[in-house]
Order: sequence, then C-alpha cells, then structure tokens
Amino acid sequence: MKKILMKGNDAIAEAAVRAGCDLYFGYPITPQTEIGEYLSKRLPEEGKVFLQAESEVAAIYMVYGAAAAGKRAMTSSSGPGISLKQEGISYLVSAELPAVIVNMSRGGPGLGNIQPSQSDYFQAVKGGGHGDYKVIVLAPSSVQELVDLTYLAFYLADKYRNPVIMLGDGMLGQMMEPVIFTEPQYPALPPKDWAITGKNDRERKFILCFDLTASGLEKFNIHLFEKFHQIEQEEVRYEVFGDDAPELLLVGFGTVARILKSVVREAKKIGVRLALVRPITLFPFPVSIIHEMAVRAGCVLDVEMNMGQMVEDVKLAVNGAVPVHFYGRSGGMIPSVETTLQTVREILEK
Amino acid sequence: MQTVFERPKTLLEQHFTYCPGCHHGLAQRLIAEVIDELDIADRTIGVGPVGCSVYIYEFLDIDFIMGAHGRAPATATGVKRALPDRVVFSYQGDGDIAAIGTAEIVHAAVRGECISAFFVNNATYGMTGGQMAPTTILGQKTVTSPRGRAIEREGYPFKLGEMLAVTDGSAYIARVALTKPQLIKKAKQSIKRAFLTQQAKMGFSLVEILSPCPTNWGMSPLEAVQWLEKNLMTTFPLGEIKVKEGVPNVH
Repeated sequence: MKKILMKGNDAIAEAAVRAGCDLYFGYPITPQTEIGEYLSKRLPEEGKVFLQAESEVAAIYMVYGAAAAGKRAMTSSSGPGISLKQEGISYLVSAELPAVIVNMSRGGPGLGNIQPSQSDYFQAVKGGGHGDYKVIVLAPSSVQELVDLTYLAFYLADKYRNPVIMLGDGMLGQMMEPVIFTEPQYPALPPKDWAITGKNDRERKFILCFDLTASGLEKFNIHLFEKFHQIEQEEVRYEVFGDDAPELLLVGFGTVARILKSVVREAKKIGVRLALVRPITLFPFPVSIIHEMAVRAGCVLDVEMNMGQMVEDVKLAVNGAVPVHFYGRSGGMIPSVETTLQTVREILEK
Repeated sequence: MQTVFERPKTLLEQHFTYCPGCHHGLAQRLIAEVIDELDIADRTIGVGPVGCSVYIYEFLDIDFIMGAHGRAPATATGVKRALPDRVVFSYQGDGDIAAIGTAEIVHAAVRGECISAFFVNNATYGMTGGQMAPTTILGQKTVTSPRGRAIEREGYPFKLGEMLAVTDGSAYIARVALTKPQLIKKAKQSIKRAFLTQQAKMGFSLVEILSPCPTNWGMSPLEAVQWLEKNLMTTFPLGEIKVKEGVPNVH
C-alpha cells in the first residue's frame, strides 16, 4: 500500500472520511484548523456534510443532532474550544449518542498559547463536563496512529454509544510523517434502531438527556457505569517498549512517548536499562500493565507536557508499591531527551 | 352525526400537565393539528428545549430529541443536515431561545437553515419560578426584577422576531397569540406557513406565540389573558413580521 507524506491534522481528516464520517461541524482554532479546512473540501466530494458553526457550543450540538439522526458525526477543536464543548459532551453521554471529538491540545489555562501541551488530560479523562460519566480517550503518538485511532474512534463510539475523545496535541497536528491509509476493518455493528429519523411506520422514538426521578436517574447512571466497566475490561490499549528487566519504568503518552523512546535508546548506550509503558487509551487506563511493570522495575518516572496530571492515575495504578516520580514541562515547553535522561539518572543515583 | 371537533391524531391521549391557564397545551395542539393536515407526522422530528416547553415530547406522537438549554436550533441544524428531507422544528421558551440560546437561533436564521422554530413567549422563566426573562416587559415585576423592569436597570425587552426578520436567511416570521378564537385561527395559519416555508426550502421560519403564565404572573387564568392582551401585545405586536416572496400561502 502507498505511503503518503501527510500533516497530522490532514491525516485525521482523511481518516475520518475513510471511517465513514457523515457530518463534520467545527469552529476554527489553532493548532487544528486544518482538520476543518481539509474536510470542507473532502466531505462534499463524498456527498457528505461540512458545516462551520458559529461557536464550539453550536458545533457540539450539531454533532448531537446528527448523531441522534443515526449518522457518524465529528467535531474537532483545541483546549479553549473543547472547554466550550464540555456541556455538549455531557449531554452526548446522557443521551447515549456516539460522536468523535478531536482535541489537538495547546497550552493553557485561559487562552494560553498555541504551543503543544498535554494539559487537557484531566479535562478529557476525568469528565470535564457535569455529572457522572466517562468518555473513551485515545492518545495517538504518530501521524500513522492519528489515522488508525481515528478509525478506531468512530468504531468505539458506535459500539458503546458514547463519545470518544482523541487527545493529541499541536505538535502531532502540525508534524508531517509518512502514513498508510488501510481500509478500516472492524466487526459489523448492530443497526442504529434507536435513531430518531421520523417515525414512518414504526412507533415514535425519543432521545432524552434527563430523568427527573432520583431512582430513575440512579438506575440510568448504574447502566452507564456498567458500560464503562465493560470498556475497562475490553478496550485497554497500550504499547510496551524497551528493556525486559528495567531499572526504571517510564510512563508517557502521545508526543512525550516519542521522546521517551529516544530516552530508552540513549540510556541503553550508557548501560541504563529502561522500559516505557505508553498508554494508547487514557480511559480505559492501562492499570494492570503499569502496576506489573512498575513492580518489576522498582521505580517509575512519569513524564508529561503539563504540571502533573496523568501521574495521579499512574500512582493509583502503582498503588504505593514503588516510588513514582514526575517530570513535566508546561506552557508549550517540551521535555528534551537530555534533561529527561538526567532526571532518570538522578532518581537512580538516590 | 357529523364530527366537527376531535383530537388530532398526532396529539397523544395524555392529559396536559401544564398549569391552569397556560397556553402551552393550546400551542402544542395547534402544532399537532397542522402536522396532521400536512400529513407529515411520519417524517417530522421535534427538538426539545429546557424549561416548561420540554414536556412537548410527552404529548405529540412524533420522534423527538431533547437537548440542552438554548441549543435546540443547533441540534435541529444537525438533524436537518443529517436528514434533509425530514421536517424539523424546535419548540422553545423565551429564556431558552432569547437569552441563553440567542447565538444559536440567530445563526440558524442567518444561515437560512430550513428548520422551523416555535417560540412560546410568556415574558418569564416559568419552570424555575418566575424570574425576569429577556422578554419581560418594562414595569413587569418578577422575582428577579422585584421593582419592575426598568430601562436604566434591566434594559429593554428583547424583540427576537423583529431582530431575526432583518437576517437574509429568515423567510417567514410571525407573532401570534391564542387568547381568542380568531387569534387561534391565525396562529394555526402561521404555524402551517412556517412548516410550508420549510418544505419549500425557502429558509428559516419562526412563529412566536405569546402565552400567559398565570402561576408566575400571580394572576387568575382570565386576568392573565387580559393582562397579556393589554400589555404583552403592546410591547410585542401581533402579525406577520416577515414573509419572503414566494412563501406558500394558506387559506
């Protein structure tokens, strides 16, 4: 199959088309605007819909409406725009509607800047909007993975009738790498017989996002969490890289994991054995492998492009078995191989 | 014997749960009658709001998607773009459409989105207990404008219909009331024209329905109707505010 050199944001957009995205709604924001630009050309070629919304809020509710009508719908944005979509993401979960939401995140808080950052981890993984809920969160680490995980995002969203967030960052969105567009191949999904399409010859249907009784809403929330539990059982994805008998375990996702692979290689040259666990799904979080590898290594260094967010989940996974250290850069600064390796050596010398 | 009045097919056999003297029931019945007359129940999708209007899905026998406060026009846009041959409408109150959802309704109109919005204006937030709405009129006392709405303090009431009429994308905009049989007849014609505008793909349509809220106005149903006619209709004059050339007529 042909390799194409492609920019990350364009690759997501092309993958969305190939995954069968019927409608895209979005609002321009750096560093992900190319996704919308690309789809404004491509989707109409396929007889599909691109619509630029008046706001991020409107865009997520357009997705809400299109998903309710039984179509594959998507939006994308970056940090501040994803904040605006949080209300709608909570409603999508409540209405059990599938949707794909891409966050090519940037530095925050506030308007922050347009540099790459991973500071939206909490927002994506811990909820972000109101109420008891989870969304599936995928963390790509290369342009190829932007493609593959976009395919997966549409599949998982439909399979679980739940929004899926793809959490990338500005660096992944802007970088160019060779990619291969395989045909998305996933098991057949049941027909969307819950969609509201006009009642035609059937009984009417409605999609609700509320239950005004306490017992009813609790029952619904228990149903949601049974689904999230099933996701935790069946959808954990991760990559393990490096030494089988490490002296220290590195944990990092997305762009950081690329740097950590270089750290593993550089460490090997100076006789330091490192391994990396790279979570590909941030929810569900790869708890077991992190615990197992952490115990094997004896200590952990979690590295992120933020002030320390995923490290809380790493600590929960390790559950006090071994020390967990953190090294992070924030505001668009990127951890270098040298300083990360220096941090590793300081930990090991203690 | 000839039947001269019956329940519209699209109106479910369900008791309305609205307060005595509220006109939501009348408005929803009229929408049901029009859906029957146009024979579109099988391909009509309603989009719900937040507020007293939310209960509409319990009364009309059509598909519904309920959503967030103010976002119905965006949700309706998503449904319509996904299924362009369906008839899609939103049903919203004044707080929903003219305060928190202003951006969504304005841009649906600006785009000329082929959806219809039914806007029940009772000049107050009904469900939350009678707070000041964007459409609360000057001098009107509410629980959050206890001294009466004053220009220098709370500003002017919002005339959404007139504002949307200046957008190029709006094709049909009317303001109606349901306080008298002849007004009910006119209101039904406007609801029908809104749906026909949508079916003719002429653009955005909106019908604002002035409605009493006796509970929160602190009046009897009769006093509320009289107050509506004397005061609300003065601030919000009835009539067709915009009819683009080519909008289908009804008789």
